[in-house]
Amino acid sequence: MGWEKILWAILIGMMILALIPRTKAMFQQTRQAQPGDWSSAILPLALVVGFVVLLILLVR
Amino acid sequence: MNRDDITLARPQESLLGANRVIKNTYMLLSLTLLFSAFTAALSTTLHMPGWTYMASFGGAMLLMWLVLPRTANSASGIWVVFAITGLMGFGLGPLLGHYLSLPKGPEIVATAMGGTGVIFLGLSAYALTTRKDFSFMGGFLFAGMLVVLIAILANIFLAMPALSLTVSAAVILLMSGFILYDTSEIIHGGETNYLLATIRLYLNIYNIFIHLLSLLGILSDD
Repeated sequence: MGWEKILWAILIGMMILALIPRTKAMFQQTRQAQPGDWSSAILPLALVVGFVVLLILLVR
Repeated sequence: MNRDDITLARPQESLLGANRVIKNTYMLLSLTLLFSAFTAALSTTLHMPGWTYMASFGGAMLLMWLVLPRTANSASGIWVVFAITGLMGFGLGPLLGHYLSLPKGPEIVATAMGGTGVIFLGLSAYALTTRKDFSFMGGFLFAGMLVVLIAILANIFLAMPALSLTVSAAVILLMSGFILYDTSEIIHGGETNYLLATIRLYLNIYNIFIHLLSLLGILSDD
């Protein structure tokens, strides 16, 4: 239905508008990453990716 | 009390404070997840129409933006948190009903549910035990969220399965990053309000579940 798509678009549009100033503020407030910071984050996220692939293989 | 006692008392106070926030957050999170599951089951059983998802989601967003900031520091904030999570759970009814009607539907829903639980518990355990500071991720995560929302907006009109798949994968990765970030904020005192912390973690879990369901639904043999 056309009206549903339009309402969803308005809702998502409002979320984007609300998020833009918040994102700008976050970039100003966020601390710089130190050596080793990103590797400590990437490892668990890589495990999540592997786990999701496993789940996909389970349901196929 | 001498000066040394005061110097030692401050770090201990902040540690006790953080532990209190962690305890209250996870307790409220488990209660809201149970309540959300109840409203989802109710909505599924009642065979609510498709627009229920949008109406519930919109109502929950309005409560989050307009009501929760005003009530987060009062007792009534707890009811607002339950209202938000109850609404979001209720909105899942049509979605779950659709997936359950597919030939492998129950398996897909159960796998998505279990998978979401494992991802959340694993990442939370990692953040809680290592006590690493993931605050450096904040800017990137919010920027990523912005890009994903723009992609979702575009896909409302383009309706491309490949884009839908990419968005779902990106959201799962982003929300996983947010779990690390939000948990780290609670541990290190960046978030001291357990109501707001609960909503943040709830939204991470909710989004992982929705998009894992979508991913598994698209990529299953059916």
